[in-house]
Amino acid sequence: MGGVALAALSLVWLVYEQLTGLSGGLGFFLCWFATFLIMYWIVQRQRHDKMAARDRLVTVMIGGLAAVIFAALAVIIGYVIFRGYSTLRLHFFTVDQRHVGPLSPATAGGGLAAIVGSLEQVGLALLISVPLGVGTAVFLSEVKGKLGRPVRIFVEAMNGIPSILAAIFIYQIWLIEAHNQVSGFAVAMALSISMMPTVARTCEVVLRLVPGGLREGSLALGGLEWRMVRNVVLPTARTGIITAIVLGMARVVGEAAPALIDGGESNTVNWNPFHGPQDDLPYFVYRLVREPIKAENLRAWTGAMVLVGIVLVLFIVARMFSGTWHPLGWGRGLIDRSRRSRSPLIETDATSNGGSS
Amino acid sequence: MTAIDTTRPGSDAANKDGPSRLTAHGVHAWFGNHHVLADVNLDMTPLEVTALIGPSGCGKSTFLRLLNRMHELVPSATLAGHIELDEVDIYRGDLSATEVRRRIGMVFQKPNPFPAMSIAQNVLAGAKLGGIKLADRDATVERALTRAGLWNEVKNRLSMNGGALSGGQQQRLCIARALAIQPEVLLMDEPCSALDPTSTRRVEETIGEICSEVTVVIVTHNMQQAFRVSQQCAFFLATEGEPGHIVESGPTEKMFSEPDDQRTLDYVNGRFG
Repeated sequence: MGGVALAALSLVWLVYEQLTGLSGGLGFFLCWFATFLIMYWIVQRQRHDKMAARDRLVTVMIGGLAAVIFAALAVIIGYVIFRGYSTLRLHFFTVDQRHVGPLSPATAGGGLAAIVGSLEQVGLALLISVPLGVGTAVFLSEVKGKLGRPVRIFVEAMNGIPSILAAIFIYQIWLIEAHNQVSGFAVAMALSISMMPTVARTCEVVLRLVPGGLREGSLALGGLEWRMVRNVVLPTARTGIITAIVLGMARVVGEAAPALIDGGESNTVNWNPFHGPQDDLPYFVYRLVREPIKAENLRAWTGAMVLVGIVLVLFIVARMFSGTWHPLGWGRGLIDRSRRSRSPLIETDATSNGGSS
Repeated sequence: MTAIDTTRPGSDAANKDGPSRLTAHGVHAWFGNHHVLADVNLDMTPLEVTALIGPSGCGKSTFLRLLNRMHELVPSATLAGHIELDEVDIYRGDLSATEVRRRIGMVFQKPNPFPAMSIAQNVLAGAKLGGIKLADRDATVERALTRAGLWNEVKNRLSMNGGALSGGQQQRLCIARALAIQPEVLLMDEPCSALDPTSTRRVEETIGEICSEVTVVIVTHNMQQAFRVSQQCAFFLATEGEPGHIVESGPTEKMFSEPDDQRTLDYVNGRFG
């Protein structure tokens, strides 16, 4: 395979760069990949029958596409780290921008105001959207009333609302009509509008994965339905629900529009999300990267890097939280594939094949 | 909230005025417009094992699910006729579905221990889900697991997850879970069809032990099993395009040796089905 890839590379380089007057990295890459696939097919076809050759070709194609996606992700994160790392100092997490002037070096000041704002706003948005989102999911998957369909359509439509629309909605209703000042709470409300449907939809999918046999088992014991949901369905889907919440957080933590419109601008730290303008990280990055000062641009990259770091930490914490709840952690999750074979249904099949009790 | 006194000596199962009797008179069942069960009359003898046998699709499981109101969980399902527990109609009487299911427990084809609960919590799940206060939780756990023949295997790992047990142990855990709320009748829907022979034997032994305290109704595809575990037997049959009905019912001995109907004889001897 390596040989074929190299041969394709040489051929494409010869034709593309030398014989024809084409140029451009993307075109070169696409031509190389296509040539590689054709050559690989020819080589495999000589060694194997049609089915085996096709199987290998598809394997290589899928592997190649996965590599492209992974490379794109690695490049984005790598570039953010590359740009942000050199100006990241520990005090980025402990001081704000109040003593920073136009001539200060890029390492002066920090993003405390933005970090505090992001954490508080996402935290408040969680408090609003998790009960609503999980409640909606329970309604959709467990209650199955006549309202189920309209609610599902509504949630799906809400899922498509751009964050800027949520932001101007809160701006008009909460700030203009209700005469409130810009605040972190207003931002959190706008974020909730984006977060709630994500949590609800993901959560519903997860609740539907809970085997119907467990619900029947609960009811056959004389169980009440709300106790069944609380004691059996929700705990069984716990890992998946936490994943749904993390996905909701990840969806909104990078939104700049709500802070831009509802949050006001603040270079100094504001601990109170209910009063006064409050910054957050995406808006911090947005603002500084547009400044015509090099040092400000560098600070924006540092902010972007911290934002990526926060998302990473959120994911890790959520994984740890969902994985180690129970000291043994058996048969707990429905989404977590490494534990999937531990689920009682599959366990049964395994033992009935194994043949001993 | 009702309180159950688990420390009461002797056997439980509402022994105050003899064991409860479960009877069915002229029972019909439908799924939508599909008539699946017609005119079923059956008297389930108290403190004995009644086996429901018959080929696939003849309505045995539907009949079993009618007996503790699990049938009504299917949206299009309807029924007619009377099913009585101690002469109280379980559908029209004062009993709620929850109460009926607490007094008439059920064990399913696939073992379904709750994966988010430990072994002990699984046993106590019925009380928790039904909002029942237990007098002594530890005693209840030990008693139910002992009756299901699982206590010795799991007594040192009660806080372990139920999903970590083998298939046969999981099924006995489900039996213990059903017994823990002290039902008067226990319905079993092919409880061994997902189990290996050794586990099947253990579950059959368990059935033999618990039937001194609780009336058992078991659906099985396995003729030998019906013969081994039951004292009473009912043969269900559904002919092409017709709803299922009982061809014959009576003592298991008679059903397997000299039944009144030729079709019963053919079926128990494996000539069709």
